[in-house]
Amino acid sequence: MRSRVPWLLVVPAVLGMAFLVLPLAGLLVRAPWSTLPQRLSEPQVLEALRLSLVTASVATAVCLVLGVPLAWLLARTDFPGRRLLRALVTVPLVLPPVVGGVALLLVLGRRGLVGQWLESAFGFSLPFTTAGVVVAEAFVAMPFLVIAVEGALRAADVRYEEAAATLGASRFTVFRRVTLPLVAPGVLAGAVLCWARALGEFGATITFAGNFPGRTQTMPLAVYLALETEPEAAIVLSLVLLAVSVLILVALRDRWVGAAA
Amino acid sequence: MLKRLSLVAAITSVFVLAACGSSSAVPAETELTVFAAASLTGTFTELGKQFEAAHPGTKVTFNFGSSATLAQQITQGAPADVFAAASPATMKTVADAGLAGTQTVFVKNKLEIAVPPDNPAKVENLKDLTDPKVKVALCAAQVPCGAAAVRALGAAGIEVTPVTLEQDVKATLTKVELGEVDAALVYRTDVIASAGKVSGIPFPEADQAVNDYPIATLKDASPLAQQFVDLVLSPQGEDVLTKAGFEAP
Amino acid sequence: MTLRARIVVRRPAFRLDLDLTVGRGEVVTLLGPNGAGKTTALRALAGLIPLTEGSIELDGVRIEREPAERRPVGVVFQDYLLFPHLSALDNVAFGPRCQGRSKAEARLRARELLDRMGLAEFSSVRPHRLSGGQAQRVALARALAVEPRLLLLDEPLAALDAHTRLEIRSELRRRLTGFDGATVLVTHDPLDAMVLADRLVVVEDGAVVQEGTPAEIARRPRTDYVARLVGLNLFRGEGDGDRVTVGDLAFAAGERVSGPAFVAFAPRAVALYRTRPDGSPRNLWEGRIDGIERHGDHIRVHVDGPVPVAADVTPAAVAELDLTPGRRIWVSVKATETHAYPA
Repeated sequence: MRSRVPWLLVVPAVLGMAFLVLPLAGLLVRAPWSTLPQRLSEPQVLEALRLSLVTASVATAVCLVLGVPLAWLLARTDFPGRRLLRALVTVPLVLPPVVGGVALLLVLGRRGLVGQWLESAFGFSLPFTTAGVVVAEAFVAMPFLVIAVEGALRAADVRYEEAAATLGASRFTVFRRVTLPLVAPGVLAGAVLCWARALGEFGATITFAGNFPGRTQTMPLAVYLALETEPEAAIVLSLVLLAVSVLILVALRDRWVGAAA
Repeated sequence: MLKRLSLVAAITSVFVLAACGSSSAVPAETELTVFAAASLTGTFTELGKQFEAAHPGTKVTFNFGSSATLAQQITQGAPADVFAAASPATMKTVADAGLAGTQTVFVKNKLEIAVPPDNPAKVENLKDLTDPKVKVALCAAQVPCGAAAVRALGAAGIEVTPVTLEQDVKATLTKVELGEVDAALVYRTDVIASAGKVSGIPFPEADQAVNDYPIATLKDASPLAQQFVDLVLSPQGEDVLTKAGFEAP
Repeated sequence: MTLRARIVVRRPAFRLDLDLTVGRGEVVTLLGPNGAGKTTALRALAGLIPLTEGSIELDGVRIEREPAERRPVGVVFQDYLLFPHLSALDNVAFGPRCQGRSKAEARLRARELLDRMGLAEFSSVRPHRLSGGQAQRVALARALAVEPRLLLLDEPLAALDAHTRLEIRSELRRRLTGFDGATVLVTHDPLDAMVLADRLVVVEDGAVVQEGTPAEIARRPRTDYVARLVGLNLFRGEGDGDRVTVGDLAFAAGERVSGPAFVAFAPRAVALYRTRPDGSPRNLWEGRIDGIERHGDHIRVHVDGPVPVAADVTPAAVAELDLTPGRRIWVSVKATETHAYPA
């Protein structure tokens, strides 16, 4: 016997889907398809796209290296102030990205708390460099990774870690050989969120790293500036960014699913 | 071309409408909606107060933003009575859509070299900006202050390699305030508004790149719209604007 | 002695305090109801929770301050906790790898162990594809792979269904016999305990209530819990040589005992009569049937009276005697099958 359609769930679900998909459909409908190939071949566009993909990927790698251990610390240890730290980790989520960018300048800028020292010691300054873009993107995107991984760690069965300890594994070995493989799906989900957020990052990037073609101008920055004068071009650029990210995510997903089966 | 952005603009105008709706909750009040370039925020807010004082029962609501964004909102049907733009080009898009009345240039804005108060790179003139050791921020060419910078540098025959092309003049100014760059080309009004956080250095070539600010009433505007434009053009209005660093046309 | 431990773990509203000694090659089983603290004791031995006080000495070395990974202890966990992302072989090789052996060496050792467990063909299989019995053997192999001096097993048979349990139980017994270190096993199942243990330690409310060989404990339970587990009727009374007085009843028993004493007898030693039996058998009283339940191939009758007892009778007897709840009935126990021992 078929159960009744649960309209109370289906109706809002369809509305929610429409809400998410219609703006995208709007972009597709209004896109100047005829001039698309010509715009895509503009070196500036390709350069911005390349820069976006590279910086988002590097930022994700940075987030993995720093964020996974941080998530572990939050999920698996107990120390005074852990709750506070946990709340602080989510700050970049609620902070307007532009403010985040200013905050980064105040710390890592040429006259910032740490940046000042970097400049005098190494003659190195992060703002207006591609590394600066990575820093800005990582700052904004890391909470997504940390929260996802921490959730996975909390859901994971710690008894496996105990079993590993009784087999002589040090805490680091336990983490590397047991914990990490067990939470791998959570880490991947977090990394995808993180990468997507980094790819779309605008406010913190333009504030901290500025906007210079080929060096710090990522796709979202190019889109924003195109919007000032050529809204058509902005739509094209948005679509390119969208298409590339969807392609990559689908490709990755297929690989994971394939690997898991 | 701008119609292509209808969805974006439609959503924006919903918010604009919502904003208007909430402020008109007070009954028996006439409302005047003014869209003005972000650089006019301080001066127009003050003029708005003066206008309300002179016209009891009138409420002036402002929407400040990038001129290009405002122009798009207007062409997409945002209900504005007056538009004051930071460049004739943005006003033109509104006029081309048949939405603007008579345009009048009410002020001019000139570029200055903005440097941190201690001027670490010892910048004195436009030529100093070509030194590769001097970090320079400019506005992106797509926004009015960037277009002006391109014209000024072109007039001087000077080529500058900036470290960044900022999305608007405020962002450019912030980079100077924080000392991230040694110099930037911004409007004189922005230097004055920064209240000492940056120092301004005038340069002669700025005369080649003056930005005209046009103002116009819009289609189906309230009768009060023209009176507001008149206030802006009056000596009283000029007084407020020149104090902020604008020049009379 | 291989293991000599005093384990004290204090928690809010709970205190575990037990002494434990296990000899070389000996299998000691901690038996007790849920919540008695058996698993806590095991975790303390493994180093997964700290002792509040006490000490753990293994082969003459104090290890209570060592972290889990540095104790020469192997653990077979309840549910086995085989690493789901590793093959059976790599699960077993995990310990040797952690002990610093090369990958090849560790795998070699793991292969040997799996061979010995009869699991050679399953070495490349992931744990979720193994049956319960196979998983248990892999878990045992994994624990033994670190060459522990102390082997701990937490409810090693609880995850198995009743059918396979029987077979696995005796197999586990054989394998444990082959281990020359000390073994501590935790269970709440009396049959597992009886079969697997050389010596039983009964734990209730965090303390040892009885200790001895399975046969001793089965014959002479000292708490209601143990008596129920081994299926005996148990009463506490006062002995005066020939008899033990329990309330209004005086039990004649096979043994002489004086002072506080236990009286124990099996349900099948209990006879039921519709009318007072002729002659004057000792250990006779009248009660009322409280409940009747099937128990394997016989019927267990609960009789309320001066003391509550369980009696096992044949289904034929139930029909013949017309045993129904509420009926009054005479109860007698043969003195020769009644055991008395000091409390």
